[in-house]
Amino acid sequence: MAVEKFETALKKLEEVVRKLEGGELPLEESLKAFEEGVKQAAFCSKKLNEAEKRVELLLKQKDGSFVREGFRLDDE
Amino acid sequence: MELFAEKSILTVTQLTGLIRGVLEENFDQVWVEGEISNLAMPHSGHLYFTLKDAGAQVRCVMFRASSRALKFKPKDGMGLIVRGRLSVFEPRGEYQLIVEYLEPKGIGALQLAFIQLKERLACEGLFAESHKKPIPKLPQRIGVVTSATGAAIHDILNVLDRRFANVQVLIRPVKVQGEGAAGEIAAAIRDFNRYREIDVMIVGRGGGSLEDLWAFNEEVVARAIFDSRIPVISAVGHEVDFTIADFVADLRAPTPSAAAELVVKSKAELAAELDALTHRLGLAMRRSLDGHWGELNALTRAVKDPSLLLGRLAQRVDDLDERMRRAVRHLLLRRGEKAAFLQNRLRLQNPALQVEQGKELLLGYSARMEKGMARLLERARQETAVNAGKLQALSPLATLARGYSIVRKLPEMTVVRNSGQVEPGDLLDLTFQQGGVRCRVETKRG
Repeated sequence: MAVEKFETALKKLEEVVRKLEGGELPLEESLKAFEEGVKQAAFCSKKLNEAEKRVELLLKQKDGSFVREGFRLDDE
Repeated sequence: MELFAEKSILTVTQLTGLIRGVLEENFDQVWVEGEISNLAMPHSGHLYFTLKDAGAQVRCVMFRASSRALKFKPKDGMGLIVRGRLSVFEPRGEYQLIVEYLEPKGIGALQLAFIQLKERLACEGLFAESHKKPIPKLPQRIGVVTSATGAAIHDILNVLDRRFANVQVLIRPVKVQGEGAAGEIAAAIRDFNRYREIDVMIVGRGGGSLEDLWAFNEEVVARAIFDSRIPVISAVGHEVDFTIADFVADLRAPTPSAAAELVVKSKAELAAELDALTHRLGLAMRRSLDGHWGELNALTRAVKDPSLLLGRLAQRVDDLDERMRRAVRHLLLRRGEKAAFLQNRLRLQNPALQVEQGKELLLGYSARMEKGMARLLERARQETAVNAGKLQALSPLATLARGYSIVRKLPEMTVVRNSGQVEPGDLLDLTFQQGGVRCRVETKRG
């Protein structure tokens, strides 16, 4: 699920940074690595901020299936 | 009593009935303390034991309806305080205490039950560190097993609001105290495991007395947490004391608010980690570019002053030339000596015929000598060519082959290192590995 994808992207970003920090890459490849790093960083940042806030109740119906229902605190 | 005054004769049953009436009327609620012995618990579920002290003993029975509510298991030798009423077991003519409630002496019943269950579950490995699942770093939907009206959900949502945590919360509402609470909590944990669409689950309630929190010390809850494939954070609002649920959970938060903080904190940490990596990425790229600029500048300097390279080349040629001349001189000398020697022998032998032959020989030698010299010169020339080739590899042209270009500004042909050196409209000369172009500057960047 999304959690894993985020952690994979973060790992990829770390690899790219390491490679670039190694300083052995020719110009063209370091530009490519940089682009890749920017892409992964953007993905991670998006994932961090994307999910909307939502509070719901999970209710069980008579037939054993589940249904979700909006939830508000009484004092709101 | 009148009965005795009239001297009437009673049957045993009548007597026993009378005694029973007297006892039940006068001892319908007594508290007794003593040590338990001869404990028996047959299948009926009733509990039979003797309560004794140093001077006496009394038979006791606790019927199933009452003993079912016991949280702990009484054992022989245990000190007890019991509450009950006296009665008579008529078939045997024994009086007995019908126990309705009992608690261990010195230590509360719940506390004892807690200790006993904790020991048993620990032995079974329910608290094993190796069984604990990692809490996901970026949960997007959190399941919460708690009361929909209690303080816990209120606290959790407050923390998430305050931290602007854009997570989704899915609440499975349950009773968190009283009869049936433990069963509901355990069922809710299993429900989430069937529903699956959450990353982590908080199971808990706000603070309360030991009795209020009791559901979280029940075995069914402990087993449901242990069986959960979704990581469980326990959050029973009681900072100091641990519940059994705390021991089994993958992570223990002291309060529901703390559980919410834990979830949000890991997110803040991730954001910080991402920031740090992004910063390092930029830094590494800048350093890499700086490195390449340095290399380029060094090459440009070499191009700007080719006499340096030519000078070195010329020196090498001079050296080879000198060595070649020396070799030729040496050869000539040796050949000359040999010719002189032969001439001498000829002269000594003297006959005119031999003079003629000698002349021919001489001619032959001198021809070979010329050929030899030509070969030597050729070899020296080849060596020079090879060395020149090596020099070529060192020249800036090789760098051009790797994709760099040299940009020079016309007409003075100075190498351009930054845009400050040129103005729009200037003519530039670009040298590539193959050929080059002349172009005009349109606009400048930075």
